Formats: sequence, C-alpha cells, structure tokens
Amino acid sequence: MIGIEHYVVVSSILFVLGVLGIFLNRKNIIVILMAIELILLAVNLNLVAFSAFLHDLTGQIFAMFVLTVAAGEAAVGLAILVIYFRSRGTIAVDDVNRMKG
Amino acid sequence: MIHVFAFYLFAVLTIASGAVTILARNPVHSVLWLILAFFNAAGLMVLVGAEFIAMLLVIVYVGAVAVLFLFVVMMLDIDFAELRAGFVKNFPLGMLVAVVLLAEIVLGVGAYKAGAMHLGTPDGAAITAPGTTNIAAIGQLLYGRYLFLFEASGLVLLVAMIGAIVLTHRQRSDSRGQNISRQNARRPDEATVNMKPEVGKGMTL
Repeated sequence: MIGIEHYVVVSSILFVLGVLGIFLNRKNIIVILMAIELILLAVNLNLVAFSAFLHDLTGQIFAMFVLTVAAGEAAVGLAILVIYFRSRGTIAVDDVNRMKG
Repeated sequence: MIHVFAFYLFAVLTIASGAVTILARNPVHSVLWLILAFFNAAGLMVLVGAEFIAMLLVIVYVGAVAVLFLFVVMMLDIDFAELRAGFVKNFPLGMLVAVVLLAEIVLGVGAYKAGAMHLGTPDGAAITAPGTTNIAAIGQLLYGRYLFLFEASGLVLLVAMIGAIVLTHRQRSDSRGQNISRQNARRPDEATVNMKPEVGKGMTL
C-alpha cells in the first residue's frame, strides 16, 4: 500500500537532485534554471501529496501559486539571460565578473 | 494493485529522468529529460486525485520548458549536425522511451479509472464535500476563500511580464516606427501633385 511516506521520499529525492544539479552544473546557467524547476517540482509534489493525505485542497491551491511564481521567475530569469547574452555574447557562469564580487 | 505498480513506475522514472537532467552533457538532452520528469510527476499527481494540478503542470511547465529549449538552441554553441548523426545509434533508446511513455499513459488511465489513491488521513476533520470533482472543488476554493490570493498571483504574473518586457526591450536606431504627429500634419494638397507631362518629354520629380 502506498502511503504519504512514499511521496515524501520521492519528492525529497527530487529536491536533492535539483540542489545537486545547481552544484554540478556550475558552468551552464540554463541547466541551473532547469535544476531550479526540478526543485519547484519537488515542492509541488510534496504539497499535492499532503493535500491528498489531509483531504484538504489548500495544498493544491498553494501548488498553483508556486506554479505562478515559478512561471514569473522563469520569465524574468530568461529575460536577464537574454540581455546578458546580448551584451557579452556568452552565458558562461564563470565569465560573470562585471560586479567584481 | 494497479496503483502500487503505477506509483513505482512513475516515481522511478521521475527520479531517473531528474538525475539524467542534471547529469547530461548536452543541454538539449537535459531539456528533453526534464520534460519527461514533469510528465511523470504529473502522473504521480493524477494518482492521488489531483487531476487539475497535473494537467496544469503538463500545460504550463512543458510549455515553459519548450521555451527554455528554444533558449538553449539560440544561445549555446551546439552542433546540430553532430546531434542528428546519432539518429541510428539512438533509435533503440528512443523507441524504448516511446514504449515506456505509452505504457505509462495506459497504466495511468487505468489507475485513474480505479479511483484516487487513499493515502490515509489522521483525522476526518478536513474532508472536502463528497460528490464534487477535483476541479469543481478547486474552483470553489479559488474563487471563494482564496480570491484575493488568486488576484495577487495574477498581479505577480503581470509584474513578471512587464519586467521581462522592460528588461529585453531596446530602442533600435534602424527601426522605422510610426510618427503620428507627422502623419496627422500632412495635408492632401501638399502630399500629392497633379502634373501634365508632354508626350516624349518625361518629367522631373
């Protein structure tokens, strides 16, 4: 029988994979964006699983809001990527040193 | 029984494709595996009876990921001739993925027809009204108790849209826009001239 634990395990593995992806793909910012999407997917999965577990639809509503924020984040992130690419001609993370941080 | 089998199939494929997403050398492959991960996660959500969120996930995320794919194609220096050269080599893997996807769809529909999976509940206090479908219940909650949050999320999307447009918009010197005041200032009598050239002479403008 499948319980809430199974879903929590799956979503936590997915979350860790997303965090790992950010650390592994230090060069490619597009893959970093994809890893962030994976993290948000894990969060959504968790919300939906607990919503079904508690028989409370609030979790699914909240998953929709997470989706909204994820869409906005992707739009603004890709816009920043576009203007960066336009001015520098590359999107390699290592070359991002204009602010001398 | 079908629930258990479907759950493990979806869960294993979600995690596996998530792992390949972050490990793949080629970002184009990464995007495609990410789509597979989203698809399987949507299957996991269907299993517990959250159909609306699952469909939303497929529509919004797979659409967004398609845009991401376009960005990969535009911005990275990828040799597509080399990618296409592996067609024969990758054909068995592609067929395998296609067969697995088909089996997932069939299995997912079967599990969905068998009813939503019950994960158990600690107490019966928060049970939604029986007899309403998932989407109807979500609609009632979204346009009722969470109406202001719903509108606030619309505002978030508006701000994101305006931000993206403001960031990427640029004034190009070679673009020929419409000059409305100049257009309105033109009069027909100075815009057109009526000439009567003689035969064989031609005319100068």
